[in-house]
Amino acid sequence: MPVFYREIATLMIESLNLEVTTDEIALDAPLYGEGLGLDSIDVLEVALVVSKRYGLQLRADSVDNQHIFSSLRHLADHIAAQRTK
Amino acid sequence: MPTIPLLSHAGPEQIVAWQQGKAVSVRQFLADAAQLAERLPAGKHLLNMCSDRYAFTVGLAAAILSNKISLLPPSHAPEMISQLQRYAPDVFCLSEQVQPLIALPHTLCPPTPAPITDTCIIPQIDADQRIAVVFTSGSTGIPQPHPKTWGYVVHSVRAEATRLGLMGEESYTLIGTVPPQHMYGLESTVLMALHSGNALSHQQPFYPADICGAIADVPAPRVLISSPVHLRALLDSGLQPAALALVISATAPLSAPLAQAIEARYHAPLLEIYGSTETGLIATRRPVAGVEWQLLPGISLVAKEEQIYAVSEYITPPIVMNDVIELVATDRFLLHGRIADLVNIAGKRNSLTNLNHQLTSIPGVLDGVFYMPDESGPDHTTRLMAFVVAPTLDAPQLLAALRQRMDAVFLPRPLIFVEKLPRNSTGKLPRAAVQALLRLHTTKSVA
Repeated sequence: MPVFYREIATLMIESLNLEVTTDEIALDAPLYGEGLGLDSIDVLEVALVVSKRYGLQLRADSVDNQHIFSSLRHLADHIAAQRTK
Repeated sequence: MPTIPLLSHAGPEQIVAWQQGKAVSVRQFLADAAQLAERLPAGKHLLNMCSDRYAFTVGLAAAILSNKISLLPPSHAPEMISQLQRYAPDVFCLSEQVQPLIALPHTLCPPTPAPITDTCIIPQIDADQRIAVVFTSGSTGIPQPHPKTWGYVVHSVRAEATRLGLMGEESYTLIGTVPPQHMYGLESTVLMALHSGNALSHQQPFYPADICGAIADVPAPRVLISSPVHLRALLDSGLQPAALALVISATAPLSAPLAQAIEARYHAPLLEIYGSTETGLIATRRPVAGVEWQLLPGISLVAKEEQIYAVSEYITPPIVMNDVIELVATDRFLLHGRIADLVNIAGKRNSLTNLNHQLTSIPGVLDGVFYMPDESGPDHTTRLMAFVVAPTLDAPQLLAALRQRMDAVFLPRPLIFVEKLPRNSTGKLPRAAVQALLRLHTTKSVA
């Protein structure tokens, strides 16, 4: 797994106390629901950590939010494209 | 028979809502509601899934005008939807989504604004008309219905608006981060706007940046109606929203430090409101001024046989409160947390009895129990965990089955497979035994 994807996976696991390893998060599996099982509270928590570390504010109305959280790849790509630090 | 108007605004040009920067007048709102009312199917019950708060409000008004009942279940999980259908076989879903998310007959909201007419008469609604049925999750897995009449909810939100100081000359805009599909959001972000002469924002912002955007989109004075989860996220984001006149929080207690930080950062008083699905809201407090809750006028709490009942002219028969309450005076009380069986995660309520029932009803589960760990700290979300005896199932299978039966916030994290549960001779599971099992598991996983 590319380094930045691994970094975002680690950030999610640490901020949400998930009981998985980075290798167990498939790059294209959904983060919501059936996949990793995140819910809206988790998403808010991840958004907060992302804003602090990468200086970007996630918005539900700017880009398709379902798309961003549809997989680790999409989330990491979005952060990589929008980060300010 | 007494009647109450659909809304309390004084004239047809007053503002009911703000939608994408545009004011929606009473005249327009009534035209939109009448247009939708004509298109609603024959069924008497609806599940209003509109996520746009203005669309939801139009849906609610159209339902009231055509004497239909809005159903408010505690979750929209597939099992709950099946139970709603058993309760009301004619139930249909109303939403603005072309692709319906719920397995029910679907009605699409017509486009607004609808054509307006010259005449504008604010409809009168029978005070005894049943406008909603709110469900709580019962201990046996069967949701318990709590019918709400028009007179009841209007009385309640008028008392709330009076307490919050929103009944005066000024026209406030209410911005809600909580969904209108639950009692708190329905009362405080929708019905209170209709019955205090104020306006609501159509948005339902989620991320801190969205909340700031929704606040900036509407004119001052503004009221933010939210929950500890959203308020903590907003504060932690460091973003500074446009001026707020008032911040309201409910669903879970807010710690004094968080309340102080919010008041200091946003230069606005923060008031908490307290209530239940069964009673609606009954009390308020300002956490920076003290821990005591002040009952709304007309409501009293009565202790009877070690339980506390809420009672008022509208709350008859009296309703037992599911929290540990200490009466301080006739109109004031202290809240000491929830009764152990009830869990409230991010404003969604359930009972451990019901969750255990759902878990052990899954084919292949021989035994199982949910466990709520002690709170790690105020304002943080503590997650449920569960122990399960299910030798033929694995975690993904079990979680998929649970997801069919409960809202995702109640899914156990972690879910621990064990050979058997430490039940005592009477079949009970003392909390201490579960705690010991937890210690055993955590030591194991560390080692």
